This record gives sequence, C-alpha cells and structure tokens, in this order.
Amino acid sequence: MAGNMGRALISLPAKAKRGDVIEIRAMIAHPMETGFRPDSQGRLVARDIVNRFECLFEGEQVFACDLFPAMSANPYLSFTMRADMSGELVFRWRDDSGALSEEKRRIEVE
Amino acid sequence: MQTQASKRQFLRTAGIAAVAAIIAPRMAGASPADVAAEIKKLYGDKKIESGRIKLDVPQIAENGLVVPINVEVESPMTAADYVRSVHVFAEKNPLPGVISYKFTPEAGKAAASTRMRLAGTQDIVVVAEMSTGQIFSTRAEVKVTIGGCGG
Repeated sequence: MAGNMGRALISLPAKAKRGDVIEIRAMIAHPMETGFRPDSQGRLVARDIVNRFECLFEGEQVFACDLFPAMSANPYLSFTMRADMSGELVFRWRDDSGALSEEKRRIEVE
Repeated sequence: MQTQASKRQFLRTAGIAAVAAIIAPRMAGASPADVAAEIKKLYGDKKIESGRIKLDVPQIAENGLVVPINVEVESPMTAADYVRSVHVFAEKNPLPGVISYKFTPEAGKAAASTRMRLAGTQDIVVVAEMSTGQIFSTRAEVKVTIGGCGG
C-alpha cells in the first residue's frame, strides 16, 4: 500500500446457508482526488482515484466495477453474492498511481 | 405583500445565479449530450428499452459530496440470462461517468449501492446490459443544494 490508498473495511456474514444471496459491503480510505480541485495555491491537484474494484470467490470474479472521479471519497460499495459453497473471497482495489490493496475473507456455507 | 414576494424571488434568483457563476467554470465540458454520446459509444444504435431497473436516489441531496445511489435490475441471474453490466452517468458533472458495475450470475442479484459526488442539480442516467443483449435505461433527477465539486 502506498500513497493515497488507506485501510479497507469489509463486512459480510461469516456463515451463510447454501443458496442464500448475501450482502457484502466494502469501503476503502482514499481521498479520490478528482483532478478538478484546486489546492491553496490555486493549482489543480493531480487526479488520483481508485479506478477499479474486484471481488473474487475462489479465483472467479463475482463482481467488479470501474470507478470515475464522481465517486465520493473513501469509496463505499455494497453488492451481493450467492453462497454456493465455503471458500475464500478476495477483494482488490487499484488506484491511478498503480497502488493495489488486497483483502481476503472466508465464508462458511452450510 | 406583492413587493415582498417579488423581492424574495429576486434574491433567490440572484443567489442561484451567483452560485451558478462560481460552479459553472468547473462544470465545463459536461452536458446531457455527453452522456448520450457515451451511451452511443457503448451500444451504438441498439434499441434501449425502459423498465427492469430500480434506481434509488434522493430527490434532494443537501450535500453533493456524498449522494447515495442504489441500483437494482430485475433478472433471474442464471448463466443463460443475467445482467452483464450497469453504467451510471451524471449529466452535469465535469465528466459523465460515475461508476460501471460488472455483474456475474454468481452475484445472485444485480444490485449495488454506492455514494457519488454531484456538481449540482441534474439527472442521473442508468443503463443496464443483459447477457441476452437487451439494453434497459432509466433516469432520475437529484436536486443538490451544495455542489460536490470542491465548491
């Protein structure tokens, strides 16, 4: 983690029943500099936003998105996944500077 | 009473004009036509239908920096018929794009929420592409009292 990429917060149920559609919420600390904002000297602050987010389950993409400067600072995302089996979820964020942030969580499906 | 009302009306108009003058230079380059052009770039002259999309945004947002948006598209979300992508556009932001979601049948539902910045009162346009090739679109207006573009 470097530059503007901060801590990630992920919320999902630890356990689910097979076939349930669970809600996953993910947020990462990031200023999401739009490139349109002037600093105190009146110069534009260079754009640096989280431009890509991916959620994978056992290596397969479940959900992804491309983000644009209109996203709020500390981008928050909520989406769903059908719980078919126990396994590992990987969450990945990438910003304009090329910095990557990755988090992993396990879900038990019974 | 008549003059009071018109005076109030004048002040309100003047106030809006002043705010618009401050925000306007930062909003250069964005218009509903840009959003239409983006959609055309994605889908060409394909037929765009209405329906299927539930777009949930506040009618009035006090803070343009953090405007919640919730999108849900009706779909069985099976391998044969699911929502491939959902694009969100803002018609009067400095850039038209807000977010583009990519869904898979494994998502179970084509539903996502996030928070966006809006530079001012404008229409939000959502376009959803199904795996079957069908395209749906909807729009909703959000009135913003304080812009979200550093203003």
